[in-house]
Amino acid sequence: MSTPFYVSPQQAMADRAEYARKGIARGRSLVVLQYADGIVFVGENPSRALHKFSEIYDRIGFAAAGKYNEYENLRIGGVRYADLRGYTYDRDDVTARGLANVYAQTLGTIFSSAAEKPYEVELVVAEVGETPEGDQIYRLPHDGSIVDEHGSVAVGGNAEQISSYLDQRHQDGMSLAEALKLAVQALSRDTNGSEREIPAERLEVAVLDRTRPQQRKFRRIVGRQLSRLLQADGAETAAEAEAEGGDDEK
Amino acid sequence: MDFLSEHQPELLPGNRQLPPTQGVIEAPHGTTIVAVTFPGGVVLAGDRRATMGNVIAQRDIEKVFPADEYSAVGIAGTAGLAVEMVKLFQLELEHFEKVEGTQLSLEGKANRLSTMIRSNLGMAMQGLAVVPLFAGYDVDRDKGRIFSYDVTGGRSEEHGFAATGSGSIFARGAMKKLFRGDLSEQEATTLVVQALYDAADDDSATGGPDVARRIYPIVTVITEDGFRRLTDEESSEIARSILERRLEQPDGPRAALL
Repeated sequence: MSTPFYVSPQQAMADRAEYARKGIARGRSLVVLQYADGIVFVGENPSRALHKFSEIYDRIGFAAAGKYNEYENLRIGGVRYADLRGYTYDRDDVTARGLANVYAQTLGTIFSSAAEKPYEVELVVAEVGETPEGDQIYRLPHDGSIVDEHGSVAVGGNAEQISSYLDQRHQDGMSLAEALKLAVQALSRDTNGSEREIPAERLEVAVLDRTRPQQRKFRRIVGRQLSRLLQADGAETAAEAEAEGGDDEK
Repeated sequence: MDFLSEHQPELLPGNRQLPPTQGVIEAPHGTTIVAVTFPGGVVLAGDRRATMGNVIAQRDIEKVFPADEYSAVGIAGTAGLAVEMVKLFQLELEHFEKVEGTQLSLEGKANRLSTMIRSNLGMAMQGLAVVPLFAGYDVDRDKGRIFSYDVTGGRSEEHGFAATGSGSIFARGAMKKLFRGDLSEQEATTLVVQALYDAADDDSATGGPDVARRIYPIVTVITEDGFRRLTDEESSEIARSILERRLEQPDGPRAALL
């Protein structure tokens, strides 16, 4: 019988982290930004069926980079957690902090369990508040840690470079059109510094809009509304987006 | 769908056993719900009274709820069970929508509600029945639709108008004489309040507009723009204009004889 090689725990963990990071880096990046009326999610996604962003609960949205089947699993788990909690207690008792905690526990357990391969995903859980100060954005890397983010956050392949680009340029109180434009600029920068064009059809955009009169603040921005927001600049587009609010695909 | 029964079955109303009881259990009951379709949508409305035996248990109960963005439920019967049923129904619709990324069809929603009523049959036999009226805007067919139910979960689609609850006989009579196929949204909302007024006129368990306490019927409209509940000002406006006319004609508008 052959003796198994001894692998130090440090080495084993470093290998697992390396494995997860590489898996995440293969996917396209996505960014989450605060703007005056809420939080906007922007990512490059050629598929119109497999979403990277989705609604978890009234004020809570979810974004994920990495392996689709793994984050879809976590997303459904999150919806289940939120719905159950809201039904048992009250809709106000579902918070992004609670949800982020559950995700951190799940990811952490899977990461350190030798029986399973680590999940190749990085998540963002965001909750829109009554005011911009009440907004919460949590980033959850593959190992189950939680990072409390403000203003802007990027996850996925090119995340570090995009984050530093966003950090320098993001300001509080941007309009939706401005935030969207900045996000697209950040996503179009390649690793080697060159820029490429991302057409509107390849963009997936969703917002948590605190001005939405309904209880559920999440909505996707698609089609004409998206191209109009991308083209125009300044305040008029924001007003138009409000008026267009009805024809989103909710 | 059905995720509650998989994950927390103890939260489901149908899984509870009632101890054997003598006679009817006294609990607040909701009374009259009415619905009317008009070209482009549907109106669902309910009075505000809950009764327990011959006592008025609550004067301002709310019995019409949005089920999701394109549908609503009005409940008659045991108030406590009905409110829980609606909450569970809302949860299931929203959960399905979020997990699947698409809404259930209106038929699908109506069928789901049917199953939930059926699961309450044991309670219904002990006098704790829940009989809702379901109305929604069918985005595939571009029109408003109404579904009515019986205690066993039997479901039937109603064309034009429908009513449920103790005052429903009188409300239906009123609607029969006032309904037309070409109502505007404004006329449809007036019609439902007229019907509720007539129900309250003849049924002691149904509450009419309460001017002194400013309690007016709940009126909701569902069109392709989604669910909307009329504000208190809007529904009081309708109720007051009807009241004013009834001061001269207590029995309300007269239909043509031939």
